[in-house]
Amino acid sequence: MEPIKDYRQVQEAINAFANQDVYIHLETTNGAYASHHDQTFFSAGAYIRNALVRYEIGKITGNDPYRVGLKINLGWIYAEGLTHFEVDEQNRLLLAGHDNKGKLAVALEISATPFE
Amino acid sequence: MEKERHVLVVFPHPDDEAFGVSGTIATHVQNGTPVTYACLTLGEMGRNMGNPPFTNRENLPKIRKEELKAAAAALGIQDLRMLGYRDKTVEFEDDAKLAKAMLSLINEVNPSLIITFYPGYSVHPDHDATGAAVVRAVESLPAAARPKLHCVAFSNNCVEELGEADIVHNISAVAEKKLAAIQAHRSQTEQMFGDVTEKLKNQDPQMMVWINNERFWTYKFDK
Repeated sequence: MEPIKDYRQVQEAINAFANQDVYIHLETTNGAYASHHDQTFFSAGAYIRNALVRYEIGKITGNDPYRVGLKINLGWIYAEGLTHFEVDEQNRLLLAGHDNKGKLAVALEISATPFE
Repeated sequence: MEKERHVLVVFPHPDDEAFGVSGTIATHVQNGTPVTYACLTLGEMGRNMGNPPFTNRENLPKIRKEELKAAAAALGIQDLRMLGYRDKTVEFEDDAKLAKAMLSLINEVNPSLIITFYPGYSVHPDHDATGAAVVRAVESLPAAARPKLHCVAFSNNCVEELGEADIVHNISAVAEKKLAAIQAHRSQTEQMFGDVTEKLKNQDPQMMVWINNERFWTYKFDK
């Protein structure tokens, strides 16, 4: 993955998936051990894999870290804290937010075919 | 360490075996005891991507699968099973189905000893769910036919509620194999335990106690 330096590259990739059926992977996480290591820490996260949606508009905003929002048929999808991206060998757009230790905190991925 | 006929190790994530039980596994292998390691998931939800990132969410499981095989090889495990569940979802599986899968594994392998997590005292929901499924499976056997069940526990309240571990294995004789297993899980351990090798070289006392002693609680069945 590459740091998002030029948001326009990401915007183009988002545009390429607009107005068609796409599969979404979205997760946020503090890690399963956050509350074990710090009992005052309130750990929360969410995960969805292979949500089948269609978006008419998708946008990247912010200034490192970035936010991405997708306006879907009946609602919205968004993620914040995004720092890295990649269009992988299967032509999927992978976006992720990594903390300063390189740990994944958020992921938003868009694919024309289901994720494994 | 008592000689076993066959040891079955059941954990949900690649690397769950490395820190707490790999010395025990290596010792059994050295004693000529066959060891089956059933690993439920590929640790798909691991968070270490590196800085700069060396992988991504989609490729991490492929890396961890290879690391799991390398760790098993380092310990001399001949029979490694990857059961195809997904990281962080084990607790949401059908409880009866999962227990049944564990039971058919137990029936096939016919172990004299099973090692897994102590349900309720193992911090990660996958750990607790895996341990609970194994316990349910063993419980369904007549008491006289049950293999021994040694559980790993490390929640903050485990000693308070379970008492001290009743089994402590000093594995210093195979510490190098244990270290090799830990190092095989590079994507997970390199950052966290980057200085392990250095501390071992210097025989750091705290580190040596942690590496050399593996603790287990014999599971207590109600009935």
